[in-house]
Amino acid sequence: MPVNVSMNVNGRAVVEEVEERTLLVELLRENLRLTGTHVGCDTSQCGACVVHVDGRSVKACTMLATQAHGADVTTIEGLADNGKLHPMQEAFRENHGLQCGFCTPGMVMSALDLVARNPDPTGGEVREWLEGNLCRCTGYHNIVKSILAGASAMRGGS
Amino acid sequence: MYEFNYHRPGTLEAAAAALAAAEDGQVLAGGQTLIPTLKQRLASPSDLIDLGSIAGLDGVRREGDAIVVGAMTRHADVASSPDARSAIPALAALADGIGDPQVRNCGTIGGSIANADPAADYPAAVVGLGAEVRTDRRTIAGDDFFTGLFETALEDGEIIVSVRFPAPRRAAYAKFPNPASRYAIVGVMVADTGSGVRVAVTGAGDQVFRAGAMEAALGGNFSADAIRDASVPSDGLNEDLHASAEYRAHLVGVMARRAVAAAAAG
Repeated sequence: MPVNVSMNVNGRAVVEEVEERTLLVELLRENLRLTGTHVGCDTSQCGACVVHVDGRSVKACTMLATQAHGADVTTIEGLADNGKLHPMQEAFRENHGLQCGFCTPGMVMSALDLVARNPDPTGGEVREWLEGNLCRCTGYHNIVKSILAGASAMRGGS
Repeated sequence: MYEFNYHRPGTLEAAAAALAAAEDGQVLAGGQTLIPTLKQRLASPSDLIDLGSIAGLDGVRREGDAIVVGAMTRHADVASSPDARSAIPALAALADGIGDPQVRNCGTIGGSIANADPAADYPAAVVGLGAEVRTDRRTIAGDDFFTGLFETALEDGEIIVSVRFPAPRRAAYAKFPNPASRYAIVGVMVADTGSGVRVAVTGAGDQVFRAGAMEAALGGNFSADAIRDASVPSDGLNEDLHASAEYRAHLVGVMARRAVAAAAAG
């Protein structure tokens, strides 16, 4: 039986009628056409689908849309400000923190949760934090570099 | 995923009623095991009862010398709880090593122990720290809670409310994680409590178990040396592509010594 779910997505109130078994990532991609959130493994392992729900990074392929009812959801599309990239996105661009780019939205969203908890992480802490984000191009070195640069920029550094 | 009816009760009583009324109801906590299971069509409950909107089921609080963790408390919140970190740092550290950050942001202690995965971390804390599991009906001793592979003492329709962990004098958890899933190939919680030493092993058998010989040896001398040659019999331990039963038996000794050394170092 279809149910109504309402949530705030990237600052915009949305109400969608979905099946009860609809995943959050399906609502984002198929109903709202926010296709920046990717589905990689679809088995909770790769982290390409990471979004923020009430400020916490979660795997949108492992949460029902109904579980996010009433929540504030932020996706990769919600980061840029009027076309100006978020400092973390800019850091990925500057440091070539991507190769094919498929994992990138999840990497950026995951990185922002880390920086919210730990504004000045070490390289080791970044690597540990990325436990749930896989890059099949194995470009981790520049991803870590990007996150350190993004964290520095968010602290007001150069 | 097969279809199901979704319920979001606002109280524990309403959740119990919805569960009782369902043909084949299932409680949804953090969903980090249940949702992948549903997606693979390995389960097909008629109804999902989501506990996410019930006030008072989450949070970590002190209760005398004990730490009480609400059933819906996320692993990340146990890991970062000042109360857990000061009273039972081994518990906070264990929670901080479950899965990955996104799993820890959703997964709950109640969901983990109700699922009773033989390789999950929390069962080692429940048994190793001598916890008690409080449900909407009664209190179950941690030693009696896990009854087999994915089996617990919970009755049909019974819902976990919280888990109470008495603070030990010192304790530590050491695990040898599967490098992909971070589930324990072997994990050992060692606790020096006011009433003896407890050693609980997860990942090695079909359910968490206590290593009695090690507990006795450590009771007289709480040091890694006291269990230098100790292990557990490999008979009946888990065997899979990651580790043979003999390898797991060996790891039990290694992890126990690491845990004792860490606990003794404070």
